[in-house]
Amino acid sequence: MRVMVIVKANENSEAGVMPPAELFEAMGKYNEELIKAGIMLAADGLQPSSKGVRVHFSGTSRTVTDGPFAETKELVAGFWLWQVRSMEEAIEWVRRCPNPHVGESDIEIRPIFSAEDFAALLPPELADKVTAQDSDLREKLAAKA
Amino acid sequence: MARDVHRTIDAVWRLESGRIIGALARRVRDVGLAEELAQDALVAALEHWPTDGVPDNPGAWLMATAKNRALDRLRQFALHHQKQQELGADADARGDHVVPDFSDSLDDADDIGDDLLRLVFTACHPVLSREAQVALTLKMLAGMSTAEIARAFLQPEPTIAQRIVRAKRTLGEAHVPFEVPRGDALQARLSAVLEVVYLIFNEGYSATAGDDWTRPALVEEGLRLARILAQLSPATSEVQGLVALMEIQASRMRARLDAQGKPILLMAQDRSRWDQLLIGRGLAALARAEQLGDEVGPYQLQAAIAACHARARTPEATDWPRIVALYGELMSAAPSPVVELNRAVAVSMASGPAAALLLVDGLVTDGHLARYHLLHAARGDLLARLERHDEARLEFERAAAMTANERERALLLERAREAATR
Repeated sequence: MRVMVIVKANENSEAGVMPPAELFEAMGKYNEELIKAGIMLAADGLQPSSKGVRVHFSGTSRTVTDGPFAETKELVAGFWLWQVRSMEEAIEWVRRCPNPHVGESDIEIRPIFSAEDFAALLPPELADKVTAQDSDLREKLAAKA
Repeated sequence: MARDVHRTIDAVWRLESGRIIGALARRVRDVGLAEELAQDALVAALEHWPTDGVPDNPGAWLMATAKNRALDRLRQFALHHQKQQELGADADARGDHVVPDFSDSLDDADDIGDDLLRLVFTACHPVLSREAQVALTLKMLAGMSTAEIARAFLQPEPTIAQRIVRAKRTLGEAHVPFEVPRGDALQARLSAVLEVVYLIFNEGYSATAGDDWTRPALVEEGLRLARILAQLSPATSEVQGLVALMEIQASRMRARLDAQGKPILLMAQDRSRWDQLLIGRGLAALARAEQLGDEVGPYQLQAAIAACHARARTPEATDWPRIVALYGELMSAAPSPVVELNRAVAVSMASGPAAALLLVDGLVTDGHLARYHLLHAARGDLLARLERHDEARLEFERAAAMTANERERALLLERAREAATR
C-alpha cells in the first residue's frame, strides 16, 4: 500500500525558521534509512503558508486569498510518499523519525486510495471512469512538469 | 488491543528480521542457526509485548534478545566441546566454533548494509535450488512467514516449510561462508541474486498458474528487494538496470486488467493509467545504469526496451526501430528463443507482419519453443494481420491449449473466435 506521511506545521516552520544543523543532519540520515529500506517513493518540504494562496469555492464563485493562514497546526509543512506493507509498518517508521520541528510536532499517516479501493466503493463502470479521469489528470500534470 | 500488538509485532519483525539474522549470522557463522535464534526472539516478543507493551525501540529489543539467545547457545556449545575435549575428542572438530567476542556491538550501523548483502548472497548460494533460494530470500530478507510464502506460491505450507529447513541444512553442511563473493565469482553470484529477485517479482506480475493474473504482494516484495539491493550496491549497472525494469513494469499494473479482470495487452492499455511516479523512478534508475558505463547487461537492455514503451504517450509514438535494435543487442548479450520471439514482434511493428513471420517460422522450425503458448499466440497474431484467418484461428487455439493461466486462455480463445468470423 501507498501512504502519504504528512508533517504538520508549527510556529517555527510557519515563521520560516530553518531547523538547527543537528536536526537537518538527523533528518538526512533518516531519509537515507527510508531509501535503504526500499520504501521511499518521494518526499518534499513546503515553504511557509505566507508564500501560499488558498482558493475558496462557494457554489460557482471562487475567491483567492493570500497566505499566511491562521490554523498553524492544521497546515502541512512537508510530506513523504511511502510504499509500505501495512499501516503498522508506516507507524513503526514514523516512530523512528526525529522530531521534525523544534518543540511540538505532529505527523499524520494517510493511506492513498488505490484503484481497488475505488472499485470497492463505486459501481464498476463508474469506478473505471473515475480512475481513468484521475490518471488522465495526473498524466497531463506530468506532461507539463 | 491484543490484536493491534500482534500486527505491530508482525510489522516490526518484517522490518528487522533481515538485519537481525544478518548480524547474528556474522557472529555464529551459520545462517540457519542465526535464523532460528532470530525466530526465538520473535517468540519472546509474542510472549512479552502483549502484556508488557511494545518497547520504545522494538528493533533493539529484538536484537538484544536474539543476541542473548545466541550467547546461551554458544556457551552450551563450548561446554559440550570442552567435555568432548576432556574425553579426548578430535580437536579439529571444534573448527570455527569458538565463542565469538560479543563485546563489539552487534548492531553497528555501518555493518548493517554489509550483513544484508552477505545474507542475500548466502540465501541465493548456488548449492541451493532456485526454488530454495527464492523461499529463503523471502523468509530471511523480506521477513515473510512460511504460511505467507506458501500462499503466494500456491503451495502447501508443509512443502515450503520443508524446503526452508532443507535449504538451511544444505547451507550448513556445505559450510557456505557468510560473505560477499569477490573477484570472478562475484559476477556469477550477483546474476543469481538478481534472477531470484526478478523471479519473485515476476511470479506476482505474471502469475504462471491459477486464475489470478497478478499477486500484488510478490510484486511489492520483489520491487522492495530490488530497491534495497540498488542501495546496497549502487555502482553495479545491472542492479540499477533491474530496478529500472521492475519500476517500469510495475507502473503498468493498474492498466493490465479490465473491469472483469481480463488481461489487456501492452499496445491496448490505457496509458493514462500507467503510474507516472514509478515510470519516473524507472527512467532515473536506467539513467544511473547508463551513467555507470559498464558493459550493458540483459536487465539494462530490457529496461531500455521498457523505457521506449514508457516514453511513448500513444502506441503509435513507440520507437519500434530502436526496440528492434535493443532486442538485437539483447540477443547477443543473452541469446534465447524467447528474446528472438520478442524481436520478431518488434520487427512486425517496425517493418510489418511479413518480415516478422519469417523470423517466427524460423523459431517454429527450430522447435525450442514448441510448447510455448506465446510463440503460437504471436504467430496467430501475425497471420491474422496478413488476413490468413484460418491459420490464425488454429494458432490461437493451439496457444490457448498450452497456457496454464485461465484468464490468458480466455483471451486467446476470444481471438480464435474472432479469426473464425473473418
